[in-house]
Amino acid sequence: MTRSYYESNARARIDALLDADSFHEWLPADARVTSPHLATLELPAAFDDGVVIGRGSIAGKQIFIAAQEGGFMGGAVGEVHGAKIVGVLERAVRDHPAAVLLLLETGGVRLQEANAGLIAVSEVMRAILSARAAGVPVIVAIGGQYGCFGGMGIAARCASTIIMSEEGRLGLSGPEVIETARGVEEYDARDRALVWRTVGGKHRYLLGECDVIVPDSMAAFQQAIIASINNGDAWTLAALEQEHEILSERVQRFGKCKDGRDIWRELGWAEPDAIAMLDNDEFVKAAQGRRAK
Amino acid sequence: MEWRKVADQLFPAGHQVRQDGDLLLGEGHCGERIVAVIGTTNHAEVGVELALAMAAAVIEVIRMHPERPILFLVDTSGQRLRHRDEMLGLNGYMAHLAKCVEMARRWDHPIISLVYEQALSGGFLANGMMADVCASLPEAEIRVMGLPAMARVTRISEERLTQLSVSSPVFAPGAKNYLAMGGLDELWEGDLSACLTKALEHVDATDHRRKRGLERGGRLLADSVVKRVLSSA
Repeated sequence: MTRSYYESNARARIDALLDADSFHEWLPADARVTSPHLATLELPAAFDDGVVIGRGSIAGKQIFIAAQEGGFMGGAVGEVHGAKIVGVLERAVRDHPAAVLLLLETGGVRLQEANAGLIAVSEVMRAILSARAAGVPVIVAIGGQYGCFGGMGIAARCASTIIMSEEGRLGLSGPEVIETARGVEEYDARDRALVWRTVGGKHRYLLGECDVIVPDSMAAFQQAIIASINNGDAWTLAALEQEHEILSERVQRFGKCKDGRDIWRELGWAEPDAIAMLDNDEFVKAAQGRRAK
Repeated sequence: MEWRKVADQLFPAGHQVRQDGDLLLGEGHCGERIVAVIGTTNHAEVGVELALAMAAAVIEVIRMHPERPILFLVDTSGQRLRHRDEMLGLNGYMAHLAKCVEMARRWDHPIISLVYEQALSGGFLANGMMADVCASLPEAEIRVMGLPAMARVTRISEERLTQLSVSSPVFAPGAKNYLAMGGLDELWEGDLSACLTKALEHVDATDHRRKRGLERGGRLLADSVVKRVLSSA
């Protein structure tokens, strides 16, 4: 099973990651739960509103899942889309599955229903933290074409574990947004290497913004998810204070850096440009002791 | 409204709220209670430092002042739009702040937020929108994006968006729209001190937003979609 996660859509990901025939979809396409707001604007709707949700199992363990479809409006969150994810998380608080798996691929709030989308993202954030407080690990996987941005980039970091591939991107404001607001001198959105050094999987792993980095294959994501299911770490004030120390130290240590390369150099990578060339195993090995956190 | 005026009106019995750059910190007296105040001003762009400073303030309240209510005074033009902040993981700092607020709630601190000037997207998600009671002055500006920018991105004319926004609260800026959608619990007008006192009396830790959106007719589907997921096979 070496199929690319990056190249696949939401349903193919669910199909490949979950145990065979274990997926049961909630509000499937034939339920026709679509966005009324897109219809008002005479825009095409999707029968799943861009997110596939349900239950299934991975390695025999029952999990709940929500998979965003980047192919529909860039995975953007509208009222229905967001409420589906909230439903999955609230159900997890009630039913205690082994984990909730969020396959995120999104630019954030869907502008055509901006207010509903923003509130929905906020509800998702609170629901993720409620699930964790109920002892259900929330595992986020990021490795699709659209990355994970906007408010959902914040929501992702509310989860217990983030798994990324090198191709995955995670941030708040996307490069285009910053370039539009501040000019190309601030952030050249077309400079793919720069974007990768800023929000890409390897950078996020070195910085401690993601927990696990995997090669771009379904098998690798699946393995990492299985390994993360038992990480239902107690979500405590002490853990939060430790996170506070880590984030404070990060600003002190890297706050003056101009480029991802400067951070990597500071972390002990004598040749930061070589990082891009390392395959995933080599990279993970070499990153031992040269990672923040 | 200028933050000092807001603080004076909220706490006629006195307050010690101080401004440090874009950050507001201090406490105010509301009846018998002391309320911790954490906020921003100058339409602050929330970058990593500001998010961290607010998070530190929340943690300090949890550690030092059990069950003390926290009031967020919100004035933000959004997350800081800088390459450097993105590189440092601004989303992680925002999430950290949101987690601190959630932790405060779980440690029995009532959390109130008041949008007194501006609240835009990312800057609002991590604190104001995490509150038990999220309030706004009626004239405050709350939005994801203004209509001209939205017209550019969505390729729908501004005229058409303006026309549609009369009947739908779903995308146009404004506190009233957020109220209708349940994103805001209430608008505070007149005696702000009385509004705060009342809010402190009826806080609870449940997220009621989608129910409010349904009751107020501004967000009709969210609640039923969640319920359908909960009752699915």
